[in-house]
Amino acid sequence: MPPKEEVVAFSHAIALITAVLGLLLGLVFTFAGADPVMRFHGLLFVVFCGLAGYWVATHPRQGGPSEQASYMDGPIKVATFAAVLWGVVGFLVGDVIAWQLAYPDLNFDLPWTNFGRLRPVHTSAVIFAFGGNALLATSLYVVQRTSRVRIAGYWLPWFVVWGYQLFIVLAASGYVLGVTEGREYAEPEWYVDLWLTIVWVVYLLVFLGTLWKRKEPHIYVANWFFLAFIVTIAMLHIVNNLTVPVSLLGTKSYSLFSGVQDAMTQWWYGHNAVGFFLTAGFLGIMYYFIPKRVERPIYSYRLSIVHFWSLIFLYIWAGPHHLHYTALPDWAQTLGMTFSIMLWMPSWGGMINGLMTLSGAWDRLRTDPVVRFLVVSVAFYGMSTFEGPLMSIKSVNSLSHYTDWTIGHVHSGALGWVGMVSFGAIYCLVPWLWKRRGLYSIRLVEWHFWIATLGLVLYVSSMWVSGITQGLMWRAYDKLGFLKYSFVETVEAMHWPYVIRATGGVLFLLGGILMLINVWRTIRSDVSVDIAEQPSSAAAPEMRPGAAAVPAE
Amino acid sequence: MNHGFLEKNSIVLLIAILIVVAIGGIVEIAPLFFLHSTIETVQGMRPYAPLELAGRDIYIREGCYNCHSQMIRSLRDEVERYGHYSLAAESMYDHPFQWGSKRTGPDLARVGGKYSDAWHVEHMRSPRSVVPESVMPGYPFLAQRTLDYADIGQRMTALRITGVPYSDEMIDKAKADVVAQISPDSKEAKELVARYPKAQVRKFDGGQGAEPTELDALIAYLQMLGTLVDFADFDAAGPNLR
Repeated sequence: MPPKEEVVAFSHAIALITAVLGLLLGLVFTFAGADPVMRFHGLLFVVFCGLAGYWVATHPRQGGPSEQASYMDGPIKVATFAAVLWGVVGFLVGDVIAWQLAYPDLNFDLPWTNFGRLRPVHTSAVIFAFGGNALLATSLYVVQRTSRVRIAGYWLPWFVVWGYQLFIVLAASGYVLGVTEGREYAEPEWYVDLWLTIVWVVYLLVFLGTLWKRKEPHIYVANWFFLAFIVTIAMLHIVNNLTVPVSLLGTKSYSLFSGVQDAMTQWWYGHNAVGFFLTAGFLGIMYYFIPKRVERPIYSYRLSIVHFWSLIFLYIWAGPHHLHYTALPDWAQTLGMTFSIMLWMPSWGGMINGLMTLSGAWDRLRTDPVVRFLVVSVAFYGMSTFEGPLMSIKSVNSLSHYTDWTIGHVHSGALGWVGMVSFGAIYCLVPWLWKRRGLYSIRLVEWHFWIATLGLVLYVSSMWVSGITQGLMWRAYDKLGFLKYSFVETVEAMHWPYVIRATGGVLFLLGGILMLINVWRTIRSDVSVDIAEQPSSAAAPEMRPGAAAVPAE
Repeated sequence: MNHGFLEKNSIVLLIAILIVVAIGGIVEIAPLFFLHSTIETVQGMRPYAPLELAGRDIYIREGCYNCHSQMIRSLRDEVERYGHYSLAAESMYDHPFQWGSKRTGPDLARVGGKYSDAWHVEHMRSPRSVVPESVMPGYPFLAQRTLDYADIGQRMTALRITGVPYSDEMIDKAKADVVAQISPDSKEAKELVARYPKAQVRKFDGGQGAEPTELDALIAYLQMLGTLVDFADFDAAGPNLR
């Protein structure tokens, strides 16, 4: 159904007015900002709104019968490529700071290059920039296909994708210049948080609007996970970032809560950034891309229902396991531990559902490295979701907390699960979105897989060694009952594990660069070098043999 | 209930999800604002003096929390290494909390008074000149930068909105108090100590300038960490301190 003429004119006008208002607001911050960073960010905002307004003005919405006839893939293409690009940036910064820990002179004694400012750049780049764009791309792709309807909104999806990139640039440049709230994984200052809130609410509306007008009676399981991810992240983000700005024109703010209450709120947020951003969202990817790539249905519908509700209910409780033996009341710690252990079951339920989807197609694991990425990621998901409950047990946590074991655990989840499932989805998406018969090179994917896996093994095993070593050294006593090691002796013992970890990071980064090359050449429409080795599901749906003319799935 | 109902109604699904994910947080977070053990006040705790607050803001700006915790757990080795386990009340004025999650460097909850100012000055300039095995970045620029405290009163006003009991007098005198804390033996310093008991007054960075540097602020903050509660007569079970 073509949109009404009034609707077209209205959406055009609103888009223009919003851009102009944004431009004016940006000008206020540019000229009246209380500190240099605020003025710089005001300028960035002016440039963003100016470009957006210029684009809207020069590309007026046409309307007409053809507008709603096809899926809207433009914003998805942007998010897909952004994920690849930010991924490489995030891995690079991560590896730089890994080398800094092994060779501290690499901090260069400058404010902008020290570990303390770069580490949030790394975490935000990989979680929010790489992971976030992968989620934007896949969720908007999946919701259209499984609802058999074009995405809701005309400018709004574009706003979500580009507004999200602006959020990333504001956040990361802020950290480097010393603007941070000082809360892990929630470092952006109040005004960047507000911007993300706007972008996120629009994202929710676009997603929900698409579900609303769907032509399929049922909402597909992947969309349950995407919906839970979007709405829960909105809740967590807003509550955890309640702050009082020092000045409405300045960057600095203070969190509304303090001490114990603040710690609990932060780790309620922090662990569910893992649970809903890095897990629920990526499970949505698993539930669509594995069945699509191997052309088999999901193993069990009933298991997906149990998996979904138990996972989202239990995850929210797990936060206090970050605060064992601290000033947080004991009952809260015990609750956090109990729910973390229970969480093992739905996690493995989901893993089984993903893995068993390969029933009857196990050979694809051998022949298609994209499937291998997707499936090995689920195996790593299973491993990390076993290790997590283990580490949440108070007596284990007394050893592991504050050490590199946590870092290793996070990375087995982040590199193994989130990274690999995203790589698999990106390798699926690129030919599907750009209407190619396959990837530029599937052998390059094979290389990516093995290099990344090797890097991952080096990373995780070195962190187990350093974490457990340091934890044991901290609590070691000599015969006379004195602490055996000074703190700095335990730092010294970390050197070689740190070198091995950083080497693993180089390999993982190299894999990311291979992906960038492969994706770039696929988009540029270079002739595929090994199309014969690629499965038919590698091609865009409309280019597969026997595909119907209508892109319905 | 038939799950098909949820699968066919996006708004019902959305509401169901919201209810399911809200429960855990409500049960775990809400009581912390009312329970005695998490809102008790302990003798000695006071809001940060303006210079200490400015130092804390630098601590946050440089991301020190990425490698240093400020939370001593109630474990034997930690108590022996770092001192009395941290009390909830000790971070009651910390917006945000800085308990941290990783000890690439040691815990700092009670670092106050452990090292001399001169040690801190040298350690910030070049960490490996005093601890050869250290992997800490150097912060030589802190000593060269004059502290920007033009808005320190505004910062304290914002903190007052969050519940930190800064009085009008404290906020009015905020700027003067920054200078007072690096001006020993002055009348202003005496007033500062009256407003902020146990505040340490001296030129922390060892420099000659009359203007406070960023290093002054940071060291003033580090030197007061964990020093406010007197554990010589603290009794965790006793009512006398509560």
